Amino acid sequence: MLTPEEWGAVRLSLSVALRSVAFGLPPAVLAAWLLARGRFPGRALLDALVHLPLVMPPVVVGWLLLVTFGVRGPVGALLHEWFGVRLVFTTAGASLATAVMSFPLIVRAVRLSLDAVDPGLEAAARSLGAGPVDRFVTVTLPLIAPGILSGAITAFAAGLGEFGAVITFVSNIPGETQTLPLAIYSATQTPGGEATAAKLAAISFALAVTGLLLADLAGRRLATLIGRAPR
Amino acid sequence: MRHRFPGFALDAAFASPTPGVTAVFGPSGCGKSTLLAAVAGLLRPEAGRVALDGTVLLDTAAGVDTPAERRRCGVVFQDSRLFPHLSVDTNLRYGLRRAPRDANGAGFEEVVDLLGVAHLLSRRPAALSGGERQRVALGRALLSRPRLLLMDEPLAALDAPRRAEVLPFLARVRDRFRAPILYVTHALDEVDRLADHLVLMEAGRVLAAGPAEALSTRADLPLLAARRDAGALLSCAVLEHHPARGLTHLGFPGGELLVPLREDAPGVRLRVRVRARDVSIATEEPRGLSVQNVLPAMLESLSPAAPHEAMLRLRVGEATLLARVTEDAVARLALRPGQRLWALVKSAAFAATTPAQEAPP
Repeated sequence: MLTPEEWGAVRLSLSVALRSVAFGLPPAVLAAWLLARGRFPGRALLDALVHLPLVMPPVVVGWLLLVTFGVRGPVGALLHEWFGVRLVFTTAGASLATAVMSFPLIVRAVRLSLDAVDPGLEAAARSLGAGPVDRFVTVTLPLIAPGILSGAITAFAAGLGEFGAVITFVSNIPGETQTLPLAIYSATQTPGGEATAAKLAAISFALAVTGLLLADLAGRRLATLIGRAPR
Repeated sequence: MRHRFPGFALDAAFASPTPGVTAVFGPSGCGKSTLLAAVAGLLRPEAGRVALDGTVLLDTAAGVDTPAERRRCGVVFQDSRLFPHLSVDTNLRYGLRRAPRDANGAGFEEVVDLLGVAHLLSRRPAALSGGERQRVALGRALLSRPRLLLMDEPLAALDAPRRAEVLPFLARVRDRFRAPILYVTHALDEVDRLADHLVLMEAGRVLAAGPAEALSTRADLPLLAARRDAGALLSCAVLEHHPARGLTHLGFPGGELLVPLREDAPGVRLRVRVRARDVSIATEEPRGLSVQNVLPAMLESLSPAAPHEAMLRLRVGEATLLARVTEDAVARLALRPGQRLWALVKSAAFAATTPAQEAPP
């Protein structure tokens, strides 16, 4: 049904999306917490920065990544020199571009659920002797778990289809950076590639729908589990 | 303690004996909850000092500000604030797990027993009634082995039957555990039932502070004296029951009272509120009356109360009673301070609607 190259693109897409969520989640939760609870100068700036990938053309994000993390970019040069890590034209780079693009999706979902957590519960935990980390882990985190989960799944589903930032930052290398959308794009550029494009597009569609359904289901299951379901 | 909000300033100071229950009483918005939050460390006042049994928890002048999580003040909030994702059992143990190992206090079984929540342990807070939630919240605070218990209108969110359900548990906690309690409320019956010491607050200021019984007989505090249920709190002991007559004999310093039959064993100490509007006076010893309690009294002072009314302070033995009478009666009887009178209180005035209250032992 699918050629090995096409399977490769599907697997690569899944791997890139998974990694982007794994690496993007902790900083996204932190950013959401800072935005929801923090009172510090520059909060509005952080808010804007977090949401930038949502409103900027993906190509611009990809280009900014290229400039920053390219082998001659300020961060990229250091990474290369100290750790021998190269992000440009690699799967890791594709994951980074995808993580940056889906970052605001996770932050928004987590922040929404954080806003729904009564700060009074954190105050109660405080009065019972729980320090900041303790009360975040034992009270806040379980209560925002549905938000985190649905944010992660949405980001994963969206990450499967990230195009502009990936192709600009890490190019379109089969087996290395050619994810599903890139493979579809290549197929449409190849004479007689319509069938391949259609197959891959169908897979893409199925994955996205499954992801969204899963996000909804998981969010509700978890909400019931932690006792926050509507009575 | 001083703190300013937009449009509101808190400037309050008081000291209370420990152990014991200190009630902070005042109308909604008088700053009593803010005060409590500052004691708990959940709100930092602009200036203030909080000390508990010689330990300074907060002193803005000296730069001392113990974080709330290390103050060991157990708080019972109006809205219970149980953790929705944890079972009742885990909620109860939340503070216990975090209490210092050497802190002694009530054991888990003892608290569960005392509050009657054993059958609820496996439930989630969402499956509890309002009254059950407050009992669990009370247990959770107790089990954190607090040095001070803070209660922020713990009954205010409950309807009358639920209030009546939880109030006895609060009295039990007070009697069983010696941790001092700071109790914020705007309900006088809770003060009568629980408080040893009373702090009256209005518009961010302390109007008066002192033993609850002493404050109850002051006619110059409109917050208390202008209420329909204003009256003296009397600390009494049950002397004997007269089941055939349906009456119980109570003794107080300076006299005895006959009230409708009570269930308390003889010797039990309790507190009754003798409402000023239930007290009549006579200038001569009356005869042929249905009124059971005729107490010889001395008129201490008169002060104007509501329009055309006067509040009389009567000395009965060592106790003080308040009586609310019309100004016309004052004129007709030519009442003047120092006069010998008889205070009349019908037993029925102490019936169910004015539950005689348990006093601290």
